[in-house]
Amino acid sequence: MTPPPPPPPNGHAAAPPIHGAPHVAPGEGAPGTVREHHEDHHELGFLRKYVFSVDHKVIGIQFLFSGLIFMVLGGLMAMAIRWQLAWPWTEMPVVGRLLFPQTGKVISPEFYTVLFTMHGTVMIFFVIIPLLTGAFGNYLIPTMIGAPDMAFPKLNMFSYWAMIPAFVCGMAGFFIEGGAAAAGWTAYPPLSTIESAAPGSMSGQTFWLLALTFVGLSSMMGAVNYVTTVVKMRAPGLTMMRLPLTIWALFIAALLQLFALPVLTSASIMQILDRVADTGFFTPTNLVVNNLTPDATGAAAGGQPLLWQHLFWFYSHPAVYIMVLPAMGFASDILATHARKPIFGYKPMVYSMSAIAGLGFIVWGHHMFTSGMNPKLGMTFMVSTVMIALPSAIKVFNWLGTLWGGRIRLNSPMLFASAFVSMFIIGGLSGIWMAATPVDVYIHDTYIVVAHFHYVVFAGSVFAIFAAIYHWFPKMFGRMMNETLGKLHFLGTFVFTNLVFYMMHQLGVAGLMRRTADPYAYEVYAHLQPLNQFISMAAFSLFIWQLFFVVNFFHSLFFGKRVGRNPWQACSLEWAAPSPPGHGNFDRELSVHRGPYEYAAPEADEDYQPQWEK
Amino acid sequence: MRLLYALLLLLVPVLGVYTFVTADQHGWWFPDNVSTYGPSIDRLFYLIQAMVAITFIGTEVLLAWFMYKYSKRRDDRGVFSHGNHKLEMVWTAIPAVLLLVIAFAQMGTWAEIKFQKGFPDGEFSMDRPIAEVVASQFDWRAIYPGEDGVIGTMDDLENPFEFVVPVDEDVVFNLRSRDVIHAFFVPQFRLKQDALPGHTIPVWFNATEEGVYDLICAELCGWGHYKMAGRVRVVSRPEYDQFLADLDQEWFSNGMEEVQ
Ligand code: HEM
Ligand SMILES: [Cu+2]
Ligand SMILES: [Cu+2]
Repeated sequence: MTPPPPPPPNGHAAAPPIHGAPHVAPGEGAPGTVREHHEDHHELGFLRKYVFSVDHKVIGIQFLFSGLIFMVLGGLMAMAIRWQLAWPWTEMPVVGRLLFPQTGKVISPEFYTVLFTMHGTVMIFFVIIPLLTGAFGNYLIPTMIGAPDMAFPKLNMFSYWAMIPAFVCGMAGFFIEGGAAAAGWTAYPPLSTIESAAPGSMSGQTFWLLALTFVGLSSMMGAVNYVTTVVKMRAPGLTMMRLPLTIWALFIAALLQLFALPVLTSASIMQILDRVADTGFFTPTNLVVNNLTPDATGAAAGGQPLLWQHLFWFYSHPAVYIMVLPAMGFASDILATHARKPIFGYKPMVYSMSAIAGLGFIVWGHHMFTSGMNPKLGMTFMVSTVMIALPSAIKVFNWLGTLWGGRIRLNSPMLFASAFVSMFIIGGLSGIWMAATPVDVYIHDTYIVVAHFHYVVFAGSVFAIFAAIYHWFPKMFGRMMNETLGKLHFLGTFVFTNLVFYMMHQLGVAGLMRRTADPYAYEVYAHLQPLNQFISMAAFSLFIWQLFFVVNFFHSLFFGKRVGRNPWQACSLEWAAPSPPGHGNFDRELSVHRGPYEYAAPEADEDYQPQWEK
Repeated sequence: MRLLYALLLLLVPVLGVYTFVTADQHGWWFPDNVSTYGPSIDRLFYLIQAMVAITFIGTEVLLAWFMYKYSKRRDDRGVFSHGNHKLEMVWTAIPAVLLLVIAFAQMGTWAEIKFQKGFPDGEFSMDRPIAEVVASQFDWRAIYPGEDGVIGTMDDLENPFEFVVPVDEDVVFNLRSRDVIHAFFVPQFRLKQDALPGHTIPVWFNATEEGVYDLICAELCGWGHYKMAGRVRVVSRPEYDQFLADLDQEWFSNGMEEVQ
């Protein structure tokens, strides 16, 4: 999981490496880092440099690699889910024998619940959030604000290392009795708190909760760092209103984490206690589960299953914005850069992101319209939820305004970023149906919800992550990615994504429930199997198509064309640093003279005026 | 190349319109509604559909068009614009109004379905529910009150798997769970309500057509969630009375055997 050594400097005015060692990155000798040199320069072995690193860039790349690896794992689980939905209880070709020897090469219903539980968990907690905030947050915040590193580099290192126990606990479930957690990524009690309720509710669920707690710890340390760094360490002249929207987005996402995460962490500790100490926070009295009356539900239990739902969604709704705000930021920067135009309505963009974040705290109840919560409360949550679509709409209009009258380069980052806009429109609009309480009574927990969140999280955030990788890869590794492969990757990804997820809306309108291993036993669903088979075929194609990306990524890592500092002629500060930036990032004093999107100014010599140039 | 990308982006609204138009033929649309409040839910769905469709097609087509038009290779510069205050006011105000319209349009129906104040108060009411529907891993049962009209007494009649109700009558029942959370979902009634352990939740509907409908558990309740099927049978009033009489007979004789 270690990145290759950075290539040598590329002819720019990098300060010469003081010690002249050939493997030293170009910025190593920059002023301001002298103190650390004396301490650990020569001794910086492989471990200190790439494993126990306190350099925000290395930490970002660690998050990037672990995120991408887990994305493959989560994707494989999705493929298994799609296999079951298309051809329930049939032998899985090739891998069935290896994976399910006891059950005759078929997925058992118990394992199916594990699959979708762990798919959601891995994708949200090990992939999307760590990629957006961990990988890009770490890499981009200091470089885009002209800082040498994060405010608290050690804390930053711990924020990655807290992910390791999270990964271990998350995966441990697969190797213990009862198997991994199987109560959905939402872990609603009492299914999740009572051992006899499900096989996965034995130790698997406890490990799952521990994983969640460690992820929370990691995000919390990251968020403290991001907020402090953005507030305290901006280059001279870089006012808040001159920040790139990526930084605004990461900043707001970090604030969301700071305010929402403590609630989730407390809730998951409460659930752990319910499980190991029978505290009964969430378990009502006198249940009969599996013909047993579990200890935990004795007369003293008196818990409230709805309490968990409130606490969980109080975090997890803001969390969905943590999963999309950074993506919106990346898209904004990439669209402006490759359309060669200033962002249309910079301030409204900032305000609407803030509004999304603020409103995001008072909409959590829209996940609970049919839960038995007071229907009057449902009404107020409906109004706030409908209104959150407004800032989302404003952002879409502003992106369109940014493209209007531009000089668009159709390269891979631009294709993925524009597709992000297209896909976010769908995900945002389908939110409106679900916000409408009476309509949600019908569509709650159907495939419309599944379509909705995959449009925002997969077609939205993951597309933005791809765009960001294509866009910032040259900065991170000093080499270009291959354009032809990138475009091919885009083509299939875009087509198959829509075939897979658009059609899920239709399943949902037909009433198909999510999380069902074999829907066709119901008469109302029997006719939906062909459509599900079509979706599965498209999903397998989508998965295989990602090979274009994998090949491109690794090939470019070692053999891509070398680039200079600013291959895209972009304006924000990270492009003032060498590619890749050395220790301390910048090899000269920076001061900022303008906003981040001064493209196409008629009086300027070039079609872009970087922030750092007078 | 430019054209290809624009067409790709256009594919999205085209796919949207195509599936909408052909959905009914393929059975990719609502199952036929058979409840009294179903039509108002469907109407609200279509109201949102109309507003969303316009926005969806409009923005997606604009996006494709801009991507096509402005990606033409040219040597001059793009438009140097940081925004347009008036335009932005317009595109903030209009959606704001539309969204509020959508929100307020929902409230009547929501209150009708869920507010206990407005619950039916005929033969069946919150005080005298037709039955208690009990969910547990992984089955459903309906418990009818028997002669005394009170649930939880000795003469209760329990019917596993099937919940039988009379047609064209306002039916109020109590929903309970014995173990974990389940949800009572009948797509044709447009009705879904979670069964929450520790709580008894009153629910009402009025089915307008006789028939047998799948009762689906809509909340993950464990490994057997997928097979937690039940049935709602909607019958004429005489058939309903007959059903209760038969059930009573069945329970009565069972009771005798136990006593001996
Ligand atoms: C226009 C803005 C949005 C609105 C109005 C909206 C509304 C909703 C509503 C009402 C639900 C609950 C549906 C149900 O369970 O019946 C929901 C679910 C969900 N939304 Fe959104 N949403 C919006 C944007 C987003 C974004 C940007 C994301 C993520 C990046 C997101 C992620 C999710 C997820 C993951 C769920 C499903 C959670 C689950 O039950 O597993 N949403 N949304
Ligand atoms: Cu939400
Ligand atoms: Cu269930």
